[in-house]
Amino acid sequence: MGHTIIITVITLGLLALFAAVILYFIAQKFKVFEDPRIDEVLAVLPAANCGGCGFAGCRNFAEAIVKAEIFEGLNCPVGGAPIMEEAAKIMGKVAPVVDPLVAVLLCNGTPEHRPHTSVYDGVPDCRIAHNLYIGETDCSYGCLGKSDCVRACPFGAMYMNTGTGLPVILDDKCVACGNCVKACPRNLIELRKKAKKDRKIYVACSNCDKGGPARRACKVACIACSKCEKACKFDAITIVNNLAYIDATKCTFCRKCVTECPTNSILEINFPPRKPAVETEVEVVKVNPDV
Amino acid sequence: MKTFPVGGVHPPENKITAGTAIKHLPLPASVAIPVSQHIGEPAVVEVNKGDTVKTGQVIARSKGFVSTNIHSSVSGKVSKIDTILDSTGFRQTAVFIDTEGDEWLETIDRTDSIPAGIKFSSEEIIKKCLESGIVGLGGATFPSHVKLTVPAGKRCDTLIINGAECEPYLTSDHRLMLEKAREILIGTSILMKALKVNKALIGIENNKPDAISQLSGLAKEFQGITVHSLKVKYPQGAEKQLIKALINREVPSGRLPLDVNAVVHNVGTAFAVYEAVQKNKPLFERVVTITGRSVLNPGNYFVRTGTPVRSLIEAAGGLPEDTGKVISGGPMMGKAIPNIDVPVVKGTSGIVLIPRNESERTVIRPCIRCAKCVAACALNLEPYLLMALSEKNEFERAERERITDCMECGSCSYTCPAGRPLLDYIRLGKATVIKMARKRMSN
Repeated sequence: MGHTIIITVITLGLLALFAAVILYFIAQKFKVFEDPRIDEVLAVLPAANCGGCGFAGCRNFAEAIVKAEIFEGLNCPVGGAPIMEEAAKIMGKVAPVVDPLVAVLLCNGTPEHRPHTSVYDGVPDCRIAHNLYIGETDCSYGCLGKSDCVRACPFGAMYMNTGTGLPVILDDKCVACGNCVKACPRNLIELRKKAKKDRKIYVACSNCDKGGPARRACKVACIACSKCEKACKFDAITIVNNLAYIDATKCTFCRKCVTECPTNSILEINFPPRKPAVETEVEVVKVNPDV
Repeated sequence: MKTFPVGGVHPPENKITAGTAIKHLPLPASVAIPVSQHIGEPAVVEVNKGDTVKTGQVIARSKGFVSTNIHSSVSGKVSKIDTILDSTGFRQTAVFIDTEGDEWLETIDRTDSIPAGIKFSSEEIIKKCLESGIVGLGGATFPSHVKLTVPAGKRCDTLIINGAECEPYLTSDHRLMLEKAREILIGTSILMKALKVNKALIGIENNKPDAISQLSGLAKEFQGITVHSLKVKYPQGAEKQLIKALINREVPSGRLPLDVNAVVHNVGTAFAVYEAVQKNKPLFERVVTITGRSVLNPGNYFVRTGTPVRSLIEAAGGLPEDTGKVISGGPMMGKAIPNIDVPVVKGTSGIVLIPRNESERTVIRPCIRCAKCVAACALNLEPYLLMALSEKNEFERAERERITDCMECGSCSYTCPAGRPLLDYIRLGKATVIKMARKRMSN
């Protein structure tokens, strides 16, 4: 009995040794050299695999960083400047400064602004609703409210506000990976330059119809009256396709356009309340960023 | 009994209005006529606000080859040119006309005579179809003059007239075959002349024995036209399925009936062609079935294009209280309309009012891989796979799986025991793939 065990152990042990020797030589022969810096860079990346950098995942991005001559065009929106600096240090290079961005929703069509004209009871998927018909309201450009963007967000930075039927973006969690931008079939989400104290001024409308039809569909639609364009002293506002656009890189947050807009389609967010004299004229949109 | 070999379902027929004669719907106070009632380029508006138009006058002219003319369906004053939400669910440009009587163009023959002699050549007939705005009235609204123009290198030897009317509830074609049999047969002869063929087959599902006997009795007077009864199976009225059933030819994937030397037209189109060629009457009215289980007076009506669905519902006894959805077209392929002010267009074959308890969507449960959808598909597709691919944005693969072959008959969704929205996703995938292909073409 004991004899059999010894023979078995020795036989298997020899076989294992033999296989190990063969495997060792094969491993040496077919060894693939991999830059060790790829793993080093990968270690500093956030490992969210969100695709915000434009690559399939963090590892592909790390490979791209190691291969790149210069860092131009390479940016991890999740980690931002600190992480890019660390990655650059490993490579002995300097990371260019990239402005952090944040997602904003270019629609403010709440039920009171944009009454529902039909009921959609199909698949709760914006792509299908968009492909099928104009939507539950009379605006063929506005938010469909079926949460495609919320489902696409890998950072839990969005949720659906059931009262307004619109998605809410949490500025402190949003890393501008751009997944929601891709998910929205109506292209309603824009990545804008982040400003101090998360302040934002933007045209919360995407309706490209002329003034009349746009206004009929939604009370807070941009009617392309060009009042804001004239009021802006910094050439930050342009009107293209019956729609005003505020260039975040030129905007100085003077808030002139907000007071000028006759339909309240320009939102000012995270600003202190205006002086009483002005406040009687303008309705200040209050947004609580900590919800 | 003839039918197509693969797939198909048997939805309850519910042909409530089969015995109701076609009546004329009273003229509405105003009409809104969309300029795009066909597949292809929208027509270009030719009238201005304030213009007075007569019934049958061209108000929008075709632009490009795949496009057709749009005519006024009433006489009166153009009140505005604006957009309207139409039965596609999107806003389209439309000409709004306030009705002031019903004065027809003098060129239209309004007598009761049924002239049988065809005095036009093939080219003249095709030109007349374009001028009269004839489109396929089976529902797809493809401009008929395009279908009648056989391109160089192609040959056509058989004309098929589609009288299957396989959609549940709808009876507009059925009634037309009973009441306008002679006109349909003359229309068929005109189409045969236009296509230069000497053989035409009329296919009718055998749940309409009266129409079959009526047409086959009269068809003896016409050369080359034969009437065939078909087994009742949805989607028997689909072009490719009808060709397979009647002449046993299979249209290859991604090809047209003309590739197997056949052309299919609907009985409604044959009637419209008859009116256009023999009576000089453009297409501005069609038979519409207004039906539903709770409708007080369901019926079949000759309705002018641009008439709001509301007046049709009023003629049928008003909107039943339990209405859940108003479907334009049949319950299988039709589309729920967002409101009842949507105008009737050339492609509106019926308005079906579905009660709330029947129109509700079922809960979406996981796919159990039973392959019932695969068995139901008449085109040998795999609907469960196409849905999954569309859901996951895998459109390149969906294209390889022939998603564009899908004719959106809805048999897969109808048969799915898990209540999965197969067709919803396939439609999305198909639209995206077509967009992708167009982009490739333009690059």
